[in-house]
Order: sequence, then structure tokens, then C-alpha cells
Amino acid sequence: MSIASAGAANDTRVEFLGVDKSYDGRTLVVRDFNLRIRKGEFVTLLGPSGSGKTTILMMLAGFQAPTAGTIRIDGTSVENLPPRKRGIGMVFQNYALFPHMTVGRNLSFPLEVRGLEAGERRKRVERALSLVRLEGLEDRRPAQLSGGQQQRVAIARALVFEPDLVLMDEPLGALDRSLREEMQYEIRHIHRKLAVTVVYVTHDQQEAMVMSDRIAVLKDGVVEQIAAPEALYEEPERAFVARFIGENNRLRGRVVTVSGGLCEVEAGGERIRALRIADCAPGEEVTLSVRPERVSVNPESGVYGNQVGGTVRDLSFLGDHLRVRMDACGRRDFIAKIPNIAGHGAILVGDTVRIGWTVTDCRALDIETKGQ
Amino acid sequence: MSTAGRGRLRALGLVLPLLLFILVTFVAPLATMLLRSIHEPAVADALPETVAALGEWDGEGLPPEAAYEALARELVRARGERTLGKVAGAVNRVRSGLRSVFTRTARDLRDVGAGPWRDVLEGIDPAWAEPATWHAVRQTGQRFTSRHYLNALDLQRMPDGSVARQPEERRIYVSLLWRTLLVSAVITVLCLLLGYPVAHLIAHAPERRANVLLALVLIPFWTSLLVRTTAWIVLLQTQGVINDLLVAVGLVGDDGRLAMIYNMTGTIIAMTHVLLPFMVLPLYSVMRAIPGQYMSAASSLGATPAQAFFRVYWPQTLPGVGAGSLLVFILAIGYYITPALVGGSKGQLISNMVAYHMQTSLNWGLAAALGGILLAGVLALYMLYDRLVGVERLSLG
Repeated sequence: MSIASAGAANDTRVEFLGVDKSYDGRTLVVRDFNLRIRKGEFVTLLGPSGSGKTTILMMLAGFQAPTAGTIRIDGTSVENLPPRKRGIGMVFQNYALFPHMTVGRNLSFPLEVRGLEAGERRKRVERALSLVRLEGLEDRRPAQLSGGQQQRVAIARALVFEPDLVLMDEPLGALDRSLREEMQYEIRHIHRKLAVTVVYVTHDQQEAMVMSDRIAVLKDGVVEQIAAPEALYEEPERAFVARFIGENNRLRGRVVTVSGGLCEVEAGGERIRALRIADCAPGEEVTLSVRPERVSVNPESGVYGNQVGGTVRDLSFLGDHLRVRMDACGRRDFIAKIPNIAGHGAILVGDTVRIGWTVTDCRALDIETKGQ
Repeated sequence: MSTAGRGRLRALGLVLPLLLFILVTFVAPLATMLLRSIHEPAVADALPETVAALGEWDGEGLPPEAAYEALARELVRARGERTLGKVAGAVNRVRSGLRSVFTRTARDLRDVGAGPWRDVLEGIDPAWAEPATWHAVRQTGQRFTSRHYLNALDLQRMPDGSVARQPEERRIYVSLLWRTLLVSAVITVLCLLLGYPVAHLIAHAPERRANVLLALVLIPFWTSLLVRTTAWIVLLQTQGVINDLLVAVGLVGDDGRLAMIYNMTGTIIAMTHVLLPFMVLPLYSVMRAIPGQYMSAASSLGATPAQAFFRVYWPQTLPGVGAGSLLVFILAIGYYITPALVGGSKGQLISNMVAYHMQTSLNWGLAAALGGILLAGVLALYMLYDRLVGVERLSLG
């Protein structure tokens, strides 16, 4: 660990090394968390509630102390550093704007406690407000602002003292959908403009996909996979990740043969060839994962490495694509998405169809166990 | 009748019992009592012609014969109607010594048939030759009077109608009023200093522990006031628990036992304890509504714990501080039982003086005036609070 961190020190902003956290001394809510965040990177901690993502953020901010392991910011262990000395900008879930202060006072608060003089404070507050496009609202109280405006003020307040690192804890959770998409764009824009390092926490996989350079997917306090959004979607390494990110057909099966990077799996009475991602041996159980948009209905024979039969149970027309639900491979909810392009064959409910997909679009993953 | 009208009528019917109750047990007595502070008809009712005759008098020298004649007649009648005592009492409060003059004069007049009445009265008692006696009669003869309020403020009306301060040895109420305000302020500050940390602890403790702590605050609140006050006597008296402990530890000598009760110290200690829940509860309810996130946010923004407290937390608790302080202060300035029991002679407050005039001296007019001043003070305070903080922000928990 010392060699790796020493070599990477100058472009590393944050480093988690073997961090454990337990509140009651028995169960670990975060287990052996390791993550290196580069300067200027936008990293999202993604996971369902109870996955430990907020705990990790709170440890980085200094509100919680790790039970074991080390957290470093700019190469220095922050173990004994209180939150106020970490120089981290933080956006809280419900904004935590001080209700008794105007927007201007909220923004100048971190500057006042740092002892900046009035002229400089005014200049920085103005700059921060224009960054979030809220010029001229200094004298409003937080309660007089809309949810979106409050959110912007919270972001401006976390940035006004020019921290190198900004943490955001589900900052868009309280906003409605269209506003959320607008704010996602805006936060990304600010991130690029300021080149600040952002650690972002959300349970919304779409939000994580849109915004992040890299995503750490967490489950029950353990990292399932850390990768860029595309890689998480295209190359999930764990069954949980495949299920959590995007839609996906999951087939439970038993490995029959293994040859190098491929394996053959028996699932629902069909023999299916797949990429061998999990370290599996013949006779072991695996989860096969196939994205619905990679499944072809009634393909020409010989094009796909995997071809099985199925019966159409339900059709939904969704404009840009047709969603087909079938009985196939022993499942009653095998989904295929057929893009709405000219010439796709007419399919009716009750039809018997052939479906196919390539070997490389099918991944043999681990079996998910409940509550590890 | 419309549905809405019927609904309103039914609502009125439901609140009517309470409305009547408040009217009978609160509004009416309060109004009667306040009226007494400015309205005293005893002399005017019993001696109407005397008062009328004194109206002709210019106040110089002695009144005309008509006044003597009317007084002689009406005194005898008042004696027969048993209103003489009231009249004598009222006049006596303006000029002491006149009670006996009145009763003696009325008694002796039985045997006198004819005037001139001036000589007859002066013969019975030389006080009738003094203009001051007649000024007292004229003053008390007014149905509506500012006398009691003047008295309550240590002032008096001079024979020429001007207002002047009472002689030095009779000034008691103003200094007592100030002392009451000062003691109430001290008690309020003590309650705030003691109650704020407790309220904070309860508001931010885990629920189970918070309930236990809250019960600890409320149990004394539910205990009889008399029991609590008596408990303080047991603790604080010269041969009491605390003094015994101090002597045993050697902090004070056996002959140097502290006087902590039957003086102002006792009043302040016992009243602070009695009123503490009234501070803790509003504070608690305000603090509970403040999410812990604000303090986290403040410290993440670089504030020290002290800065976070004074800039972020304290201002948000001000409605509770205001409500608690107002409540404690208002209750304190009207407090009666505790100072009466543990205050001794030095620890008395204005309410004890009101009680004295109600029960012992029977000068209800003065008692009412003192009460009226107290009420005005409380209302003024309330309006001041409304002006500064806004009553709608008052949070009583």
C-alpha cells in the first residue's frame, strides 16, 4: 500500500485505505473500503439505502471516525482533523441552509469564520451566486426560495470558500424530476468549470450514470465494482451491479463446461454460452446477465452464438422501441427491446419466436446472496 | 338557516360552557377588582349631603356651617344603617386617626338635639377644627379616585390638589415593585442559565433517554408546590441538610451557618426551582425542531464549536428563549406562595403586599391598585416582546 500511494500521491486528492466502520461494535456498515480519487475527478458512491455510502461520506467529512483503516486527503491522514479543519465543501441532503440568515449571510458565513475582510467576502459571495445563476437574491431568506433555488444556494455555499474537495449527500433527492435533470447538468457544468474534486452520494443509478467520471457501487457496506459509467453498464462484474444498473435479463444456471474466458451454462433447459466473469468451475451455479436491447427476436439463423425458443406473452409499444415479454429459458419475464426501425417483423402475443444474442453480450456472474 | 350558520351555532354551543366559566371565574372578578382600584363609593353613598356641601367649600380655612350640619345628621344615620365603619375606615386610610374621631363623634351626637353644629362637633372632638380632617372627607367623598394608584406609587394628593411624594417613612411600594422586578429578572436569568443546557440535552438525546430526562424535569412540576417549597425549607434552614453538610465538611464553622432561607436568597432559590420547567419546556420544543444538520453544516463550513453555537444554534432558539423568559418572568412577578413561605421579612415581593392589603389591612382599593400596576407591567412586557420578537413566534411547547 505504501508504494502504491506514494507513487500516486501527487495527483491523488482522496484515499481510503482499508476503511471499516461499525456503530455498535459488532456489525460493519462499511467493510474494507478502498478508493483512490484523483484531483478533479467526479466520483459517485452509488447504492441502495443501508449500503454505507452516506457513512463513507460522513467519515470523509469528519463527522464519523473510521473503526479501522486510514483516510488521506492530499496525502495526509485526516484521522485527528475535525470537520472545520478539513477544508471540505459539503452539500447536505436537505440543504441545511441557516433559516435565520439571508442568502448573502449564509454564503458569507464560511468566509466570516475564516476571518476574511468584508470587501473580499462581498466579492466572493457575488461570484458564487453568479456561478449558480442566483444574482441579486442576497437579501432573501432560504424559506422564500424555491427548492431548486435553495439547492443552488447550498451548492454556492459549499463552493464559496473555494475548497478543493466538495461532498454532496443526495443533494437532488428532494427535487422533482425535471428540476433534478436541470440541476444534474448544472452541477456537472460547475464541476468542469472549477475543476474541483467531487464525491457524490446517490441511490439513483441514472443520476450517477449522467454525472460521474467513476462510480463505486456499494452493497451492504462492500464495494461491488468501481468503474466508469459505460464500463459498469457494459461490463458488470457482479450480479448486483448488473441488476442495479440498467435493465437486465437474469438467468440462473449451472456451469457445464469452462474453456478459457468462456463457459457453457445450462439454464432453463437451454445450453447458453457466455463470458466467464465469475471465477466458476463446472457444476457451480452462476447468474447469466443479458441486456434486453442486445436480444434479437427472430434473427437470421447462424448470426448469434446463442439461440433459444420463446413464446410472446406481452407487448408494449414505447415509441422508440417495442418491449417484448416472453417465456424463454425457463423464465416468464424474459425481456427484449426491439428498436423501432423500419422493417422489424410484426410480432403478436402468443407467437412462438426464436431469440438470439451473442456470446460476448452474455455474462456469467456470481450468485447474489442476501445480507452478507 | 344555512348549514354554515347552524355549524357556527353548534360551535358556539360547544364553547359556551368554557366561555361562561371564564366570564364568571376570571373576567368578572378581575374587572370588579380593577374597578375597586379607582371606584370607592362608601363615603359618597353614606354622606351625600356632606359631600355636596363640601363641594361649595373653597378649601381655605374651615368649611361652611352647612357641611357641619349635614355631617352631624348623616353620621347618626350611617351609624344606624351600620355603614359608619366603612366610612371611618376609608377616611382613616387618607388621614390616620380619623377612625376613632368618626366613631366617637357619631356616638356622642346621639345626645345632642340642636346646633350650631360647628361648635357641637368641635366640642366632641377638636379634630373637626382642623381643615385637614375636612380635606380627608372631601377626598374620600369622590366616587372615582386616583388615590389608590397614587398610594401604590408612594404618592399622595395634597390639599391644594397637587401630587407629591409620600413622606420618607411611608414610601414602600415603589422600592418593593423595583425589587420584585429585579428578583424576577434574576430568577429568569438563573432559569435560563440552568434550563438551556438541560433542554439542549433532552432535545438532542436518543428518544428513550430524552423521555426519562423529560420526566425528571416534569416530576417536580407535578409535585405539590407546597411540598416542594417545604422541601427547600428542610434543605436550606440553618439546621438544615446543606448547612449540616457544609459544617461536616468543614467549609463553614458551626457558628457561621449560612442564612439561606427566610430571606431573599431563599426566595430566589426556591422560585428558580419552581419555575424551571416553564423555561425548559418551551426551550425543549424549539430545540427539538432544529435539525442536527445545521451544526454539522456550520462545522463543515469552518466554524469552531463556539462560532457554530452562537451564530447558528443560539439565534434559532431565540423564540424559545423569549417564550420561556416571558413565562418565567410573568409568573415570578406575581408569585405569592413561595416568597410567603420561605421569604421571611426580607424576601417578600409585591404580591405578598397585595395579599396583606386583601387579608389584613382590608384596604382592597390599594390591593387592587397594586394588582393593576402589576397587570399593566405584564401587558407592557408582552407588547414589548411582540414588538421585538413577534408573539406569533412565541413557542410554548
